[in-house]
Amino acid sequence: MSEEQIKNLEAQFEARIARDEKIEPKDWMPEKYRKTHIRQMSQHAHSEIVGMLPEGNWITRAPSLRRKVALLAKVQDEAGHGLYLYSACETLGVSRDELYEQLHSGKAKYSSIFNYPTVTWADMGAVGWLVDGAAIINQVPLCNTSYGPYARAMVRVCKEESFHQRQGFEIMMKLANGTPEQKELAQDALNRWWWPSLMMLGPTDAESIHTEQSMKWKLKRKSNDDLRQQFIDQTVPQAELIGLTIPDPDLKWNEERQSYDFGEINWDEFWQVVKGHGPMNKERMKARVGAWEEGEWVRDAAMAHAEKKQARKQKQAI
Amino acid sequence: MKQNLYNYILGIADNSLILGQRLGELTGHGPSLETDIACTNISLDLFGQVRSYFQYAAKIAGDNRTEDDIAMLRKEREYVNVLLVEQPNRDFAYTMARQFLFDVYHLLFLQKLEKSKDLTLSAIATKSIKEVSYHERFSGDWIKRLGDGTEESKTKMQDAIDGLWTYTDELFHQTEADKAMVAEGIGVDVTKLKETYYKKVNEILEEATLEIPESKWFQKGGKDGIHTEHLGYLLAELQYMQRAYPNMEW
Repeated sequence: MSEEQIKNLEAQFEARIARDEKIEPKDWMPEKYRKTHIRQMSQHAHSEIVGMLPEGNWITRAPSLRRKVALLAKVQDEAGHGLYLYSACETLGVSRDELYEQLHSGKAKYSSIFNYPTVTWADMGAVGWLVDGAAIINQVPLCNTSYGPYARAMVRVCKEESFHQRQGFEIMMKLANGTPEQKELAQDALNRWWWPSLMMLGPTDAESIHTEQSMKWKLKRKSNDDLRQQFIDQTVPQAELIGLTIPDPDLKWNEERQSYDFGEINWDEFWQVVKGHGPMNKERMKARVGAWEEGEWVRDAAMAHAEKKQARKQKQAI
Repeated sequence: MKQNLYNYILGIADNSLILGQRLGELTGHGPSLETDIACTNISLDLFGQVRSYFQYAAKIAGDNRTEDDIAMLRKEREYVNVLLVEQPNRDFAYTMARQFLFDVYHLLFLQKLEKSKDLTLSAIATKSIKEVSYHERFSGDWIKRLGDGTEESKTKMQDAIDGLWTYTDELFHQTEADKAMVAEGIGVDVTKLKETYYKKVNEILEEATLEIPESKWFQKGGKDGIHTEHLGYLLAELQYMQRAYPNMEW
């Protein structure tokens, strides 16, 4: 294909996106579009899978049967999200095994927030309320993103995430309205998860490398800083409603901006965790790699069995 | 309070409770996403059943005890699940073998419980049969896959079946509560399930090209609250929050 032909295709491609048409797996697409989507979707899938670990940590210790059932269902939903996001990646010609390999080798990233430990039951509330809350803010605009399989997957993911977020908030509310000991658990969890949740929305716009191109492809609709502001403005009244205090002495309503001003985010901590030095980075990878390696003989057996079955069937047919 | 009925319900529900808890340990650590989702799903089904049974038991107890009190605030000796379900997740072969050896029993049991004169138990059974039929198919398929898969998987599955076989006979022991409930047309006569159980299990093992264990030495005690050493640790996790933060709502 000549350079001119490619330019022509690119122009048509960008025009389709501008018209809000969906790009489907078999459509022509620029290589960069394909790569960017594999990166973002797989990163999202990895986040779901690694995100199962901090919450799975409390399944056996959930305080009531009702909470246990809800938590099991939630973690199961996350596995489901991972499954269809990996499938969406597969539509772009990359296998789940390859993506796992990227995760396990450290080449692929996942959401840094899952490198913090869930130390008390209240963390199940805080993670649902704040982490899923921040995730939704990131993800709702993706329901209209340009790549069809991703957009459709996100519609379902967002529905379930918003259910999880309400569930998390309800856990926090129950604690906040409970005994002094329970309220303390809730406040402590908020103190630990607040700042990492703000960081979860990504580095400040000045330092974000992917934003511009992503905006054009509708992989991103708002900048990280705008999303962060939206998250804060939405969450502060919720904390007030249940009588918890946001751990930011500089947090203040700005009448003029009709938004909250907030304190300095510790970006050193963010980069430290991103670079693999958070409290749980090593543990999380060890768990993922461990499950994968320990499961190898199981996957091999399933393949071998399927092949034997197929061979027997063919023999019968002859 | 109808003590026999209460004890009888605990006898049924504790199996689902302890097995559900064991499966819950695995969430996020399975050999593939699909098996992870399936095992979590089975755990969810079992806990759903547990809630129905214990809500009913709480009603019978009539002393302000809740489903959670019954599930999480008994002492080690007061849990009456069979030894089979408390066995640890040594590897995926053990997990599936434990599941299969229980599922075959569980389904046969529920099909009889559905005919109970007790309408609540009968209704719980009807709902559970749908779920447990799926469990049995899932675990049975894995017995076949791993038994008739690779050399390694066959060895592992055979080990698991051999190791867990000793706990199968207890499924068919009758407790005092069982006898009383059978007499009233409420309970299931488990002794009558035994033959069909081993026939079904053996069929699958044969299809999976596995050896049927010949050992006639069986362990028992779970139904009398005398458990293996594994149960105490499981209970420590199950009960942690209720013990550390007593009398609170969650």
